[in-house]
Amino acid sequence: MTTTAKYETTIGLEVHVQLSTQSKIFCGCSTKFGATANTQTCPVCMGLPGALPVFNRKVLSYAIKVGLAVNCSIAGMMKFDRKNYFYPDLPKGFQISQYDLPLAANGELVILTGGVQKKIRITRVHLEEDAGKLIHVEGEDSSLVDFNRCGTPLLEIVSEPDIDSPQEAYDYLTELKAILKYLGVSDCNMEEGSLRCDANISLRPKGQRELGVRTELKNMNTFKGVKNALEYEIERQEEILEDGGRIVQETRLWNDAAGKSSSMRSKEEAFDYRYFPEPDLVPFTVDKKLVGSVRETIPELPRKRYERFLSDYKLPVLAASTIVQDKDTADYFEECATLYKKPHIIANWITGDILSEFNKRFSSERNATIMDLGIKPEDLVEMLRLIDKGEISGKIAKAILPEMIETKQSPDEIVKAKGMFQIKDKDELAKILDGVISSNAKPVEDYKNGKEAALAFLVGQVMKATKGKASPKIVNEMLKERMGRP
Amino acid sequence: MPNDLYKLTAYEIRELIKKRDVSPEEAASSFSDRIGRIDDKVNAFISYDKENIKEELKRIKGKEAGALYGVPVAVKDNICVEGRLTTCGSKILEGFKPPYNATVIENLRREGAIVIGRANMDEFAFGSSCETSCYGPTRNPWDLERIPGGSSGGAAASVAAGEAAISLGSDTGGSIRQPAALCGVVGMKPTYGRVSRYGLIAFASSLDQIGPFARDMRDCALLLNVISSYDPKDSTSVDRKVPDYTNALVNDIKGVRIGIPKEYFIEGIDAQVKDSVSSAIKLLEKLGAKVDEVSLPHTDHAVSTYYIIGPAEASSNLARFDGVQYGLRAKGPLLDMYKDTRAAGFGDEAKRRIILGTYVLSSGYYDAYYLKALKVRTKMREDFEKAFESFDCIVTPTSPTPAFKIGERVDDPLSMYLSDIFTIPANLTGIPGVSIPCGFAETDLPIGLQILARPFNEEMLIRVGYTFQENSAFHKKRPRL
Amino acid sequence: MKKKIDVEYIANLARIRLNGKDIKSFSGQLDDVISYIEKLNSVDTKDTPPTTHPLPITNIFREDEVRESLSVEKVLANAPEKRDTSFKVPKVVEGE
Ligand SMILES: [Mg+2]
Ligand SMILES: [Zn+2]
Repeated sequence: MTTTAKYETTIGLEVHVQLSTQSKIFCGCSTKFGATANTQTCPVCMGLPGALPVFNRKVLSYAIKVGLAVNCSIAGMMKFDRKNYFYPDLPKGFQISQYDLPLAANGELVILTGGVQKKIRITRVHLEEDAGKLIHVEGEDSSLVDFNRCGTPLLEIVSEPDIDSPQEAYDYLTELKAILKYLGVSDCNMEEGSLRCDANISLRPKGQRELGVRTELKNMNTFKGVKNALEYEIERQEEILEDGGRIVQETRLWNDAAGKSSSMRSKEEAFDYRYFPEPDLVPFTVDKKLVGSVRETIPELPRKRYERFLSDYKLPVLAASTIVQDKDTADYFEECATLYKKPHIIANWITGDILSEFNKRFSSERNATIMDLGIKPEDLVEMLRLIDKGEISGKIAKAILPEMIETKQSPDEIVKAKGMFQIKDKDELAKILDGVISSNAKPVEDYKNGKEAALAFLVGQVMKATKGKASPKIVNEMLKERMGRP
Repeated sequence: MPNDLYKLTAYEIRELIKKRDVSPEEAASSFSDRIGRIDDKVNAFISYDKENIKEELKRIKGKEAGALYGVPVAVKDNICVEGRLTTCGSKILEGFKPPYNATVIENLRREGAIVIGRANMDEFAFGSSCETSCYGPTRNPWDLERIPGGSSGGAAASVAAGEAAISLGSDTGGSIRQPAALCGVVGMKPTYGRVSRYGLIAFASSLDQIGPFARDMRDCALLLNVISSYDPKDSTSVDRKVPDYTNALVNDIKGVRIGIPKEYFIEGIDAQVKDSVSSAIKLLEKLGAKVDEVSLPHTDHAVSTYYIIGPAEASSNLARFDGVQYGLRAKGPLLDMYKDTRAAGFGDEAKRRIILGTYVLSSGYYDAYYLKALKVRTKMREDFEKAFESFDCIVTPTSPTPAFKIGERVDDPLSMYLSDIFTIPANLTGIPGVSIPCGFAETDLPIGLQILARPFNEEMLIRVGYTFQENSAFHKKRPRL
Repeated sequence: MKKKIDVEYIANLARIRLNGKDIKSFSGQLDDVISYIEKLNSVDTKDTPPTTHPLPITNIFREDEVRESLSVEKVLANAPEKRDTSFKVPKVVEGE
């Protein structure tokens, strides 16, 4: 709970996530990212006079899915409200959002933090439309507005202030992202803004019941950024409190490059959003049948899968939590595990070489999955079996893996084509061994005199001579035999 | 040969064109000549352009003859027509040409109608007199010193003056029915959801409805046939079969139960209006209707309820006029740009309503005003539901007075607001209503009779209105201009 | 007499600049209107639900299908100021 010696930290997170529907929430414009400014707009999402919104059915089922996944109760009746404020990226002068009847509320999310599980309560999950984008023109007194993003469906997920540290905030976001990806409802790409996070944070002296004055942090573009911004804010607030000062309730903008936040210019007046029911949209009933049918589409979620990986596959904690993080990776693991009964070995390869190859090749590509490496589960398993059979060494396997990715060939094909098989022919090995024994008289002598370390040296020499294509185990045995100390 | 086609009804024009006795060009030029002769006086149009009419005529050339083929229609200036100026009578929409058509425009064009011009209106439909337009007031064709009613004053006056055969207006609190009454024409507000609002520049989304103006009930039914449709682009439009409304043009009201709400005949109502309406009711009774008194106990609260809900929705609907995408833009840093654009672009009445609406929604006042009004709205709906258990329709005066003088009420918003007292309840409850000519005050000022019916029972309005019309001659009298 | 409505504050929320004369006349007029609409308080609405839509319609959806957007020429045709395919506005100061 403690982040500092004297103070307790209280954090609540507000996550906005773009739902990955094909079309926008209230019109048929595409939601694709990266189009030329204002080419994905129409009278509805431009808020032109006279245009009217019509709700995208898929958005509702996606939102129910998320609500259920974070254990919320789903409202039987849902409506939209208008949130009124002026901003150039908000073409109607109001945002269609949900105020007093959010789609989902009173949920909880179990996260893994510091090796233990913790419940973070979810206050509410509601739907709204995204705003446009403002581009500030350097050195000019003007900004440019691109309305393409206007009307992209957004889900706002608000947590209770149950988070006690920046690391916990990081773990919460990681868990939430994993869930959203499992549900297949969002890209969760922070760089492209499909997942955005604001944080509320306050400090209070240990033991004090009431919460301290909170500040709101905005403009964090990565999970790491959220953590850094919170750490900075704790230090800042602590310093003020230590000096006998008072925290001002304000919104602060995080500057990632500078590693600090600054107060946003104070508003000319207090916010008064004048929420009222959106008269252009009708209310929606969310009946048990609909909720039930959406529930059926929810896959096993990461936390549950993690538990199962521990119990069914006996995976180590770290490997299990790494693998379940991403649904495709976990699916891949399980596919391999049905073909090959040593799950920990598969896990080692996935968390090791495979993920590192993946990061090397696809780190900047959105929506890439482990399958995009092109290593079919059968191929990975085939490779593991070659090791087991002594056909190749682990070292060679590591060399084969990138080949498999590049050439899309099976390990068997690669090994054959490149002659990478281990030399299992004992006559052939015997010749090489004899050569090594005769040119290393001293170590041979040492070994015969009981110096075990000399054997390792000799094995190394053989491996070197065979370019790693010999089985160390077999070389070991044959050397002992030849030097008369089996 | 002098072209007197402008004196005919849409139905008559349509029949002549069908028989090839006249061409759409002849019909259009009769009306456009008429506009040229008299619109300096009436000012029923904000924009009217012969080039546009040529384009409209070209569009229908060789097309299959539709229900309104070649009929010139005036369209209120708050209904979007692609590529044509659409201003809402406001400076803030200066030069604005929508990049899309309202659904009613698509419907009109499908049936071959000719949009002859854009009708004047109170700015953003805020008003009952058509005086708040930044393009100057429209004048009542019956007395040019008087208002035509509003907000659809231009659409009403254009039909009364023979500048259009029929026209489209919008009705948020009586904006079709009241000017229809004051200009001596038929004006109908259909059931909320009957006509698509897509492309109607919103005043109050939960109250607005587009509807027809016509010289008689037949034209009204014809135009209603064309504009009624379920529109997937309007979430509040209702997916319900559109009947052929001309089938309701039946000269028979025997056994029709008509309720006369006692709350509508109280102080403040002009004696001549009262007399004309009473005579009209007697005629309906003579024609076989069963007339009885009914109570609508919350009538007295209609204006209050309306002046909370209407401005609240309007304050939000008009937030988009901020100078960013279209229309007027003032210079200066962002906040000044907003405030100066809206200060220069909106007229006083628009400002008053935006401020009133912002106030009733603002923090601390929502429950006392807005929520309270929504609850009283429920009460009013219950009043009507109860009344329609015993009655097929309700008959009332449309407006408490005939047309008043231009300028008379501009500085007294409250008295202006009270002139909508009889028309507002239909908007709050979504029911359909029509105003038909039922008499004249001594100075030749028209008086209107309002008929209200259950949701989606426009046929009852047409039947009662048609029967009255067929047994009276008020709708035949035309203003001298 | 105490004013019911702080016209200046509300006009600022609604982003409308008013001069002193406007503030004075609007205050008077709107106070009259507000006094009138306050008559609503006499209606007993204790157990009355609010009506936001005149007709009880629910569940109107569209399917998740991409429709053609407007051409960018049409989108920008009314723009008071633009650059390339964007609308140009006075500089937006973060947090304003
Ligand atoms: Mg939000
Ligand atoms: Zn769009």
